[in-house]
Amino acid sequence: MATYSTNEFKGGLKIMLDNDPCSIIENEFVKPGKGQAFNRVKIRNLKSGRVIERTFKSGESVEGADVVDREMQYLYSDGEFWHFMVPDTFEQYQADKNAVGDTVKWLKEQDMCTMTLWNDVPLSVTPPNFVELSITETDPGLKGDTSGGGGKPATLESGAVVRVPLFVQIGEMIRVDTRTGEYVSRVKE
Amino acid sequence: MTADWRPVADLQQLQQRAQLLATIRRFFAERNVLEVETPLLCRATGTDPNLDFFTSQFHNPPHKKDLFLQTSPEFAMKRLLAAGSGSIYQICKAFRNSEVGRFHNPEFTLLEWYRVEFNLQQLMHEVAELLMTLLSGSMPQLSVTQVSYQQLFIECTGLDPLCFSRLAYHQFSKSQGHPEADSLCADNHALWLDFLFSHCVQNAMPRNSICLVHDYPAIQSSLARLHTDDTRLSERFEVFINGVELGNGFFELSDAEEQNARFEREIAYRQKHGLAAVEKDQLFLDALQTGLPDCSGIAIGLDRLLMIASDCDSIEHVLAFPFANA
Repeated sequence: MATYSTNEFKGGLKIMLDNDPCSIIENEFVKPGKGQAFNRVKIRNLKSGRVIERTFKSGESVEGADVVDREMQYLYSDGEFWHFMVPDTFEQYQADKNAVGDTVKWLKEQDMCTMTLWNDVPLSVTPPNFVELSITETDPGLKGDTSGGGGKPATLESGAVVRVPLFVQIGEMIRVDTRTGEYVSRVKE
Repeated sequence: MTADWRPVADLQQLQQRAQLLATIRRFFAERNVLEVETPLLCRATGTDPNLDFFTSQFHNPPHKKDLFLQTSPEFAMKRLLAAGSGSIYQICKAFRNSEVGRFHNPEFTLLEWYRVEFNLQQLMHEVAELLMTLLSGSMPQLSVTQVSYQQLFIECTGLDPLCFSRLAYHQFSKSQGHPEADSLCADNHALWLDFLFSHCVQNAMPRNSICLVHDYPAIQSSLARLHTDDTRLSERFEVFINGVELGNGFFELSDAEEQNARFEREIAYRQKHGLAAVEKDQLFLDALQTGLPDCSGIAIGLDRLLMIASDCDSIEHVLAFPFANA
C-alpha cells in the first residue's frame, strides 16, 4: 500500500493508525513562526467509529489503508453472517455482526447498501439514506387524526422501531430516513 | 471558463487592507520611523532549520546564480541599521516554502520594524499601541495583557517550561488527549515546548486581548539576546490575539561571533538532517562586525491581523488571490 505524507492529508483519505484503518476528517497545519511545524488531524477509526485527534510532525509519512466502498445488494442472513452481492459481478461477501452493527435494523432483502471493505474484508455496512419498510406492529391509531402530532412507536419488518403519526397502521409501508431514524411519509403501493 | 479567475477576498476586505496600510504608514510617520525597501531576491537567506525557502535562478549567460526569496527582510534591514539608518520599518512580502493552511499562505505580507535605543519593554508598548490603533474600530473590547512565557505556561499546563521533565510533560499531554506527544518529541525540550505551547497554551490565552508573551526560554532564542541576569531566558517576546500568533520581537543580537556560531550550528543541523543547504549571509555578518546599534525589532503578519480584524477563520478570505489560485 502507498504511504502518504501529512501534506497529502485531506478529508476522506484512508490511513493506517495503531494497526486500525482510519479515515481523515480534518487536517490543520500548525506552525509557530520559529519552531516545528505540526499537522493536527481529526481521524475516525473505521473499526470502532470513534473520532480522535492526533498530531504528526509535518512531512511525516504514514501507511495508507486499503479501504474501498462498494455498492452491494443485501441477500439474506443465516443467523451468524449477513450475505451481500455485487450485482455486476455476482461476487459475494459475508459480513459478521461487528461489521453490520446498527445497520442490521434497516436491512431488507434485495435493498442496495454501501459496503466498506478493508483488504477485501467487510468493515462496515451503510444503509441507503432512505428505506421503505412495512409496519409489523403498532397501536391502533385514533380515527380522524391526520396531523401526526405526538405520534406513537411502530416496529418495522426489519426490526427497527420508529415514531410514526397516529394515523399510520399495521401493514402499511413507510419511508424512513436512516441517518436520523425518522419517519418521512407513507408509501402508496 | 470557471470562476477561478475571481478574487477570493471581497471588495470590503480589500478596502480594509488599504486602510490598514495607510494607518500603519501614518503611525510610523508620526514617530519619525523611516519607511525602507530591501530586496526580496537575495544571494543568501536565513539558516533556521524550521524555515523552508524558495530558490530561484538568475540567468544572464554565461552568468548563473541561485537566488533566494526572502523568508523575512531581517538581514537586509540590519545592514541598514549598521550603516546608521536610525529606526526603520518595512511593509513587504515574505516567502516561506511548504507552509500552507488556515493561517499560512506561502507568500504573505509582513510589517517589520526596528527601533534604535529601544529596549524590549518599550517595543512591547509600541506594539500594543499600534495594534490598538489598528483594531479598536473592529474590536472595541480589546485590552492588553502582558505575561512572561514561564508564568503563562504554568497557568495553562501546571508545567515549568524552564525545567524539562519528559515524564511530567508526557503525563500532562496524555491527560489532554495527546499520548503521541512522547514519541513525537522524545528528549527534545524545545520540541516539547513547541508542542505544548501550540496545543495547550495558545487556545487557553485570554480572549479579546493583545497578549504580549515575554522572556522566552533561551533554547528558543533565535536571533534574540540572552538575558544578562538569567541566561535561561532570552530577550524575545511574541504577540498573540485570541491565541493567533501575530509576531515575534527581539532585543537584537549584535554580537557577530555569537551570530556566526548560531549560523554554524544551524547549517550543521541542516546538513545532518538532509535539509536544503544554505550559506550564511556574509554581508550581514560583516555589518554586525562593523556594529549594529542597540535596537529592538519585530515582524507582524498583516494577513493574520486582517483575519482578526474581520473575524475570518481562514487566511484565504483576506487575500485577493491566495496560493491555490495565484
